[in-house]
Amino acid sequence: MAALFGPRANSLAIVMIVGVLTLAVLFAVAAYLFYRSPYQTAVGYAPEQPVPFSHRHHVGGLGIDCQYCHASAETSDFAGIPATHTCMTCHSREWTNAEMLAPVRQSLAREEPLRWVRVHNLADYVYFSHRAHVNNGVGCESCHGRVDRMPLMVQRKPLTMQWCLECHRNPAPELRPENRITAMGYVPAEEGIAGSELIEHYGTPLDRLTECTTCHR
Amino acid sequence: MSRLAALVMAALGVAIAGCDQPEMRFQPKYSTYDEAARWPDNQAARQPVAGTVARDQRLEPLARTLPVALDRRLLDRGQERYEIFCSPCHAASGYGNGMVVQRGFPAPPSLHSERLRDAPLRHFVDVITEGFGVMYSYRDRVPMEDRWAIAAYLRALQLSQQIPYDTLSAAQHSRLETDTREAP
Repeated sequence: MAALFGPRANSLAIVMIVGVLTLAVLFAVAAYLFYRSPYQTAVGYAPEQPVPFSHRHHVGGLGIDCQYCHASAETSDFAGIPATHTCMTCHSREWTNAEMLAPVRQSLAREEPLRWVRVHNLADYVYFSHRAHVNNGVGCESCHGRVDRMPLMVQRKPLTMQWCLECHRNPAPELRPENRITAMGYVPAEEGIAGSELIEHYGTPLDRLTECTTCHR
Repeated sequence: MSRLAALVMAALGVAIAGCDQPEMRFQPKYSTYDEAARWPDNQAARQPVAGTVARDQRLEPLARTLPVALDRRLLDRGQERYEIFCSPCHAASGYGNGMVVQRGFPAPPSLHSERLRDAPLRHFVDVITEGFGVMYSYRDRVPMEDRWAIAAYLRALQLSQQIPYDTLSAAQHSRLETDTREAP
């Protein structure tokens, strides 16, 4: 009877062990990269909207403050999607025949809300509050990016827990004074207010920012 | 070979799906402005019943004049809210040539006219609440306390355009000439 293991069995075993380990590591790396890729985080997500509303035009071009439309950002968890009435405040007289705005006029006439597609989606187990952020020195730009340069609203930040924690562990570099919250292109270093000063000003509870129940309930 | 590839893909799919908990991510609850098939208008956010009173709503009739203390904080708040909600048309200066007017919206009257300088504070609060001419109501965007703050700030804004140059101090003169804040 021939030997059960031939002369090549040892090398084969080593190749198999190394091969399986390498594959496992490669798989883990690939899975991690996939999990952090735009495919999973939705960075770059810019869905088609009922009206191709341009933040670049309204914010960048006209200089309308974020809160003109997102009026509940400082009082509510939800920043607020403007009612059709808000659009019509100007568009009752501006671009009144524009084909692009037909759904807005229709929404007003039929008293049916426009069905905007939400761009920044968080999992249901995350309890994000706009009020808690904008009243404590975090600017819109920190999470939404340069909205004044977006012809169509697009997600620019990964919105992963890791990304949230980067700021929750060290909020100082992201903080702004009250009157610069909605500003776009704010550079803390240029305005000369140190992050540590702002942390003191807002009374930022550094020890509580990374507790589980701050974001998960 | 293709069977092997399919097998590898399936294994990858199962492994990656295991990282996620869709039932946690999408919980059976309504968030703001969700669709809700159970309601006739398909909206989770309900319209309040006619005559609903908000918990923080004042029940006494609207004050005839400023119901809160006039201080710096109120004026700052008024300025901030004025610049957010009013300046697109009325302009930060109050002369009525704001950005939206420059794009074709009918120009509102200057806030520095004699008629509006003589108007009581309550007039501005009423206009913000009810709208005026082509101006829509801001009832749903500017809460009552902010309307009074804006009205109070308007007085300061009007005053700023009515002070004779000679009555200012030398320090104020130099500030007027060196202040580089843009007038939007």
